[in-house]
Amino acid sequence: MGAGQPQEQKTTYREAMREALREAMRSDDRVFLMGEDVGRYGGCFGVSLGLLEEFGPERVRDTPLSESAFVGAGIGAALAGMRPVVEIMTVNFSLLALDQILNNAATLLHMSGGQLPVPLVIRMTTGAGRQLAAQHSHSLEGWYAHIPGIRVVAPATLEDARHMLAPALADPDPVLIFEHGSLYNASGELAPPAAPVDLDHAAIRRPGTDISLITYGGSLPKTLAAADELAADGIDAEVIDLRTLRPLDDATITASVARTHRAVIIDEAWRTGSLAAEVSARIAERSFYELDAPVERVCSAEVPIPYARQLEEAALPQTSDIVAAAHRAVD
Amino acid sequence: MSPARGTRTGKTSPTSKSAKKPEKKATKKAVVNKQSTKTRRPTDRSATGHRVDLLEAMLRIRRFEERCVELYSAAEIRGFVHLYIGEEAVAVGVNEALNPEDAVVSTYREHGHALARGIPAEAVMAEMYGRTTGCSGGRGGSMHLFDASRRFYGGNAIVAGGLPLAAGLALADRMRAHPRVTCCFFGDGAFAEGEFHETANLAALWNLPLLLVCENNLYAMGTGIERHEAQTDLAMRTASYGMVAWAVDGMDVEAVEQAARRACEAIRAGAGPHFLELRTYRFRAHSMYDPDRYRDKAEIERWKGRDPITRLMDRMREDGEPADKELAAIERRVTNEIAHAVTAAEEAPEEPVADLLRHVTSASAEVS
Ligand SMILES: Cc1ncc(C[n+]2csc(CCOP(=O)(O)OP(=O)(O)O)c2C)c(N)n1
Repeated sequence: MGAGQPQEQKTTYREAMREALREAMRSDDRVFLMGEDVGRYGGCFGVSLGLLEEFGPERVRDTPLSESAFVGAGIGAALAGMRPVVEIMTVNFSLLALDQILNNAATLLHMSGGQLPVPLVIRMTTGAGRQLAAQHSHSLEGWYAHIPGIRVVAPATLEDARHMLAPALADPDPVLIFEHGSLYNASGELAPPAAPVDLDHAAIRRPGTDISLITYGGSLPKTLAAADELAADGIDAEVIDLRTLRPLDDATITASVARTHRAVIIDEAWRTGSLAAEVSARIAERSFYELDAPVERVCSAEVPIPYARQLEEAALPQTSDIVAAAHRAVD
Repeated sequence: MSPARGTRTGKTSPTSKSAKKPEKKATKKAVVNKQSTKTRRPTDRSATGHRVDLLEAMLRIRRFEERCVELYSAAEIRGFVHLYIGEEAVAVGVNEALNPEDAVVSTYREHGHALARGIPAEAVMAEMYGRTTGCSGGRGGSMHLFDASRRFYGGNAIVAGGLPLAAGLALADRMRAHPRVTCCFFGDGAFAEGEFHETANLAALWNLPLLLVCENNLYAMGTGIERHEAQTDLAMRTASYGMVAWAVDGMDVEAVEQAARRACEAIRAGAGPHFLELRTYRFRAHSMYDPDRYRDKAEIERWKGRDPITRLMDRMREDGEPADKELAAIERRVTNEIAHAVTAAEEAPEEPVADLLRHVTSASAEVS
């Protein structure tokens, strides 16, 4: 420690999220965390462990099991000048607060003719892969990305887990952060940020020339693994991490497809009406004449996510599915 | 349907009678509020002046909405328009207890709340016309009136949807130690929604400075309260959350004001959320679309006999105040104000369609 260059640090996605929260609360006394079991329990995924001791029960606020009331209370507190970070245990439970998110958070600015911005951050987990069965495993962030008036982001890397919260809190509008449950234990070296996370732009996680693999969140590690396998087969894949699901960064997608002329979209949501469908439609609209092959989609099977391991695995996009789809597009 | 129980003299009745055995906290609080609050009888000129103000505020709402009926029939204004006629004592009485720095959260039946809060009739009328000069810039219409400068947070058209939001405004005040009140209006229909109960629990649990004002007009659209609530004693039910809850005659503006003042004083002193069940009635249909087939005409007439405006005027005459000349002056003032609001709205500019996507996000708010 001491003077000199900041060092790379070993950390996990969970610790990175926690550090982001700690920094936000230290630097701005309007920021507070609220949700079910965020305090004494330490967050149901352990993200907020220790924050209660540091910031006290006023700012690390355990709520009753009342998704609608505490999300709505977050909106009201934001209107009154606070900077709440509301945690919902999983996206499945967020449906009980959908009224507040859609009818209030996303809508108040417009309905009030610009008078009432809602500077609120809502965090929740999403996704499958831990054998939690249907009511704890769905990927509904694409539904939220349907809604004008909110920003939807999905940190997929340690860097984004650590550094996305600050710009989300700086956004004057509601931001929904989707954390894939399978990422919390991801660990690695966290480099000091080269620049603040840019919530308007997708990130190219691996440059390539032969095919664009477009994904986000929990599917990024699988997609990077697929790109490695493809490289061994002589296919140079570019991997795009959308990072922000609303608004979508059309420019990065279009420029990539213009280089590679092929695209596979990987999305853990169901294929029908998914974010993958939206990206696919945009490629058709904007890059049709650039394409050398039909756009491929790798999504979850159209089934409530099952408990049994082999069934769950079969339902979710896997690295081998991504590799196969890329081969179909290239060969 | 019988008129509101036991409130004819304008007494506020705490729910201690009905809430005999709920949890300890509620019983204790209810007992604290057992003393009756007799309607104040004015003894000096300033009390008379205050009555004149109450009258003017109620008349403004009444005349504004009567004009809305004409304008709606003439297709000048559109959308869902929910009139407040008959319920004016609630908005006016409650608003008397609020300070400018307090917050108000309202429903789609909020013309009265907005006008009582001091949003100019001109800005409300322009909103009905969808003009840029409207209090929501024409984006909201009748159901979504907003005024950030007056801490008027709508205009929520989802039944019970404003309640959690109000809890959040109150939470922010609590965390900041601002001695302010957030007042949330909603109908009896909201009682059947989970959001009401989630909010009541949260507000009592966290001791939030929240005034919950239920306008019990006995109907949720066409469904009478005895057909939508298993237990129709709303104050008693709310007291079971451990907050002070009173049932009040909502047709008596002075009784409403007194109850609201007592509640707001207690809330400002840190006593936590309070609930008022204001027993009232809407004289008109649920909305301009509603043929009102579900109510007995005799029932409507019976309630019109308790019109809060005539009632206050009668009481004033009884007490020998003020001269009919003064009442005529109020009437003239209000009529002019509304005529002016209509003319101004008609002449106000429409927002260009090129600005359609403004105010979707804060970034788009600047685009133009
Ligand atoms: C969640 C929801 N469900 C249904 C409706 C349709 N609706 C609009 S007003 C209303 C009746 C509400 O009655 P109440 O809460 O008593 O208020 P009042 O209209 O009597 O003022 C209904 C059912 C709605 N706006 N929101």
